[in-house]
Order: sequence, then C-alpha cells, then structure tokens
Amino acid sequence: MHTETARLRMKTWLCAIVVVLSNVFGNYFMKLGMPSSLDTPFDYILALFRPAVALGVMLLVLWMLSRMALLSWADLSYVLPVTAIGYVLVALAGRLLLHELITAKRWAGIVLIVAGVSLVSVGTAPQSVARKAEAAD
Amino acid sequence: MRWVLIGVIVASTTASEVMQALGMRRHGEIRDFRPGALGRAMALLARNGLVIGGVVASAISFFAYMGLLTVAELSFAVPATAITYVLETLLAKFVLKERVNWLRWAGASLVICGVALVSL
Repeated sequence: MHTETARLRMKTWLCAIVVVLSNVFGNYFMKLGMPSSLDTPFDYILALFRPAVALGVMLLVLWMLSRMALLSWADLSYVLPVTAIGYVLVALAGRLLLHELITAKRWAGIVLIVAGVSLVSVGTAPQSVARKAEAAD
Repeated sequence: MRWVLIGVIVASTTASEVMQALGMRRHGEIRDFRPGALGRAMALLARNGLVIGGVVASAISFFAYMGLLTVAELSFAVPATAITYVLETLLAKFVLKERVNWLRWAGASLVICGVALVSL
C-alpha cells in the first residue's frame, strides 16, 4: 500500500510538471503572437497560422491532454491549487522575458501561491476517490 | 465587453473542468504511457460524452479568452478568471464527492488571494 501511494505521488508530480510548463509557455507564445485586434471570425482563424500562435496552440493542446491524464487519477480539488504554481512562473517569466516589474504586492502574491501549493501538494494525497484501472479496448 | 467575456469564460471553464474530471474518472487511471496505448486511450475518450462536452466547453472558453486578450492585459484577464477556483472546488466537493479537507480549502484560499495579489 505504501509503495502504491509513493507510485501515485511520483506519477502525479511528473505529470503536474508537464501540465504547468506546457500551460505557461503555451500562454506566453499565444500572447507573443496575438495581433492587436481580432474583428471578424476570419481573423481568429488567420491568427492560428502565425508561427508563435501555432506553437502556443500546440503547447496548449499538450496542456489539455496532460491535464486530462492527470485527472484520470488525481482529484480536481488537488489538481487546481497545485497547478496554480503556473501563476508564479508567469510572473517570473514576465520579469525575465518581458522585463516587467515585480512589485512588493506581486511578491506577496507569489509567496501566498507558493504556500497554498505547498499545503495541498505536500499535505494531501492526490486521490480521495478510488479509481478503477483504465478500461481496455 | 470585457465583463461579458469573463462571464462566458468562467461559466465555460467551470463546466468544462468538472465534466473532464468526471469523464476521466469514469475512463479510469491512465497507466500505460506508450504511444500505442495513449492512441487507444484517446480513441476511447473521443467517444466519452463527458469528455467531449468538456472539450467543447473549453473551446468556447479558449476563444472567449483569445478575444479577452485583445481588449485586456494578461494582468487583468488572469485574476478576473481566478473565480473559477472557488466554483470548481465547491463542485469538486458536492458534485464529484471528493474529500476536500481543511488543507485543501486553506491551500485553495491562499492560491486565490495570491493570484489576485500577483495580477492586480
């Protein structure tokens, strides 16, 4: 039982890292490539062919699939707060890549998020409702 | 306009994630990460009504978010949509029947306050 818990926890952490990084970089490339205005539905389609937007979309598809995989064994009320560490990475990426200022208020927010993520990820198990094994074809 | 978009984003994101969580729970734990097995899992998920509903709702959320980013900064879009944390944690407890203990409530509350501070 102990090794089962450890297996699930390790798998959860690895998958959560993929979820968080694909989300952070996906959103970054989306914002980077987005034109200043989208007036017609056709503009939305055209925007998808910009290289940065296309890369962003691919990363967000990876984000969605890895997040669905994570939800196949982990609780939503675990996944939500734990993947919020992405907000911290976004703030730090804004600082490093876009040279945005991190104010005292922002640093306070970063500390709160890190505390919240630590409470849930270290203090609680990923799964409170037992799952069946994946159905075979 | 931005508040209409935020209403659409919050409603569709919440619906999407609860449906996905329920659909993936019914599918069962993914254990085999080899490409063939992942392909078979995706073929099964493409016929899972809850997952399809979740993906459709998240597509609505995605396009509304694209629209929002053209009229608002990321620093407005991110905290305004963080209300989904409250709604989804409540639904996780009452609809998905997850055991949300005080550590999870405390963690979620800290995260919500933190997200607001980071982005406002």
